[in-house]
Amino acid sequence: MSNKVAFLQGNEAAAYGALYAGCSFFAGYPITPSTEVAEIMAAELPKNGGKFIQMEDEIGSMAACLGASLAGAKVLTATSGPGLSLKQELIGYACMAEIPCVVINVMRGGPSTGMPTGPSQADVMAARWGTHGDHPAICLVPSSVQEYFEDTVRAMNLAEKYRTAVMVMPDEIVAHMRERFVFPEPGELEVVNRTAPSVPPEQYKPYDTSFGDVPPLAAFGSGYRFHVTGLNKMQDGFPTTKAEVVQAEEERLLRKVDANVDDIVTFEEYCLDDAEVVVVAFGSTSRSARYAVNVARQQGIKVGMFRIRTFWPFPDKQIQRLAQTARSFIVPEMNLGMCMREVQRCVEGKAPVNGIFRVDGEPITPDNILVKINEVT
Amino acid sequence: MAFDYDKYVRPGKLPHLWCPGCGHGIIMKGLIRAMDALQLDKDNTALISGIGCASRLTGYMDCCTLHTAHGRAVAFATGIKMVRPEMNVIIVGGDGDGMAIGGNHFIHACRRNIDMTYIVMNNYIYGMTGGQFSPTTPTGKKASTTPYGNPDPTFDTVKLAIGAGATFVARGTAYNAGQIDKLIVEAINHKGFSVVEILDDCPTNYGRRNRYRSVIEMMRHMRDCAVPVKAATAMSAEQLEGKIITGVLHQEQRPEYLAEYDKVIQAARSLKQS
Repeated sequence: MSNKVAFLQGNEAAAYGALYAGCSFFAGYPITPSTEVAEIMAAELPKNGGKFIQMEDEIGSMAACLGASLAGAKVLTATSGPGLSLKQELIGYACMAEIPCVVINVMRGGPSTGMPTGPSQADVMAARWGTHGDHPAICLVPSSVQEYFEDTVRAMNLAEKYRTAVMVMPDEIVAHMRERFVFPEPGELEVVNRTAPSVPPEQYKPYDTSFGDVPPLAAFGSGYRFHVTGLNKMQDGFPTTKAEVVQAEEERLLRKVDANVDDIVTFEEYCLDDAEVVVVAFGSTSRSARYAVNVARQQGIKVGMFRIRTFWPFPDKQIQRLAQTARSFIVPEMNLGMCMREVQRCVEGKAPVNGIFRVDGEPITPDNILVKINEVT
Repeated sequence: MAFDYDKYVRPGKLPHLWCPGCGHGIIMKGLIRAMDALQLDKDNTALISGIGCASRLTGYMDCCTLHTAHGRAVAFATGIKMVRPEMNVIIVGGDGDGMAIGGNHFIHACRRNIDMTYIVMNNYIYGMTGGQFSPTTPTGKKASTTPYGNPDPTFDTVKLAIGAGATFVARGTAYNAGQIDKLIVEAINHKGFSVVEILDDCPTNYGRRNRYRSVIEMMRHMRDCAVPVKAATAMSAEQLEGKIITGVLHQEQRPEYLAEYDKVIQAARSLKQS
């Protein structure tokens, strides 16, 4: 059977991606430019017995998702900048209590209300540091409609696999553009479900590390009775202030991501084999970067692109390796230097890192990048 | 034979952290008697709370228990109930948790009329943080953040719940312990969103600041203020001044949220088939 082809908007594709991955619950609150995700979920979920609810606010929608996830559902919510700020409280709860959930955050101009219909890439630090306290962070940054679908599937998988909150952060351009989309057949993409407990209810502990850093998660109502709290907890789920337990558990939370960077981090290397100039780009900006690299190559300039697909954890290792040979880095982004500073951190002064920043609601053009390529060569 | 509370209490989790004289334990016992009267299956019962002294109740109970973030209990509970409609979903929490930071979630849960029971343990104060005034602290009373007396008007939980659309609303007191389980039983049996406010005492943070010399005095005050709803109908407005009406104060039948959502599922499925 040949795959179905459609002309689809990014947000629509993301909703279908979530459904493909087995999402059966969505709670959300209307906010531009993410609302299409909620609209598709409202129409599609009940067809398959799933549930959609529009909650009274962003915090409530995050809370309903976490309750639903604890009851055994795969859950999704979608928002944008100001909504992300509100959701941060319970994104922290999801990280702490280890409840799988996926948050789509369409990046629009900020801070505050900013430019609700303008593109931005300025929420990537909020994805890492937005909620208080040390916590693991996984954030995927798609650059096409097809990839937005695939990343949403992958985010659902990672959330289930690592029992944590996972974010998908397209910029507004990727979320709203329409392009050719090929529906993957069932089974074509991997779908991961959380590990259910293998022990009988009376032996079950929701944070039992004898099963590894990601303990199996039972569902409420499935015969397993257990306690979940946002307080620092012991393996049985009950609160503790015991120093050694708190320290070990906090370190485990971060280790879930840190020890699995190779499984989580995705990227694309484009024309990098002999590249002296490396453009590091993500999201819609990488589409301009690809065009600029192609044009510069025709002019004989040895330039390539490292495309970030997983913003968190950051591809440290890959950029450190590029810094061994590259003469110069260029980081175009729709913010004032968030990615550039991460690249600088990895490059460790071995090469200059040049930023191209736009926060005026306009995309970064291939010309913007070409000018900089010519400047540094 | 004495009532066996232990069968609903998690082994090894007591003693609780509540102060001597606090009414929360009385309410917990009432809840246990209600659960026993209804023979609620522990595996199939979820207890959800927010943050505060009252919210610690969930940790002591042997069910599926969820101690959420401040004010968010009802919204978490909504997600659980939607995914597992067959579960008994009971929310517990204090006045600050439910009526201030959680106020928005509270009124919208009332409006939706989703089949859950919310027990508000109203002791007029933020106890755990050391006695700040809450939306239910009576005007003029002292709290750590109203050292000159509370200038704020108060929320009446019952009126708020009725106004927002809750279809079962009751009120009791920690003094009248024997009534608590009866109200909770009725609330759980009611199909729709039910609210049970239990007036409670916080001797440590409310009583001390407001010239209650003992827990007994606070209990007496509860006893003297409370007027059963039947008796209240025969009393004048003047006679009811300063009184608190207790019992089942509101009950109506209105379509329940999940039953309505089932219709959405039917409509979506018929569209899919056509």
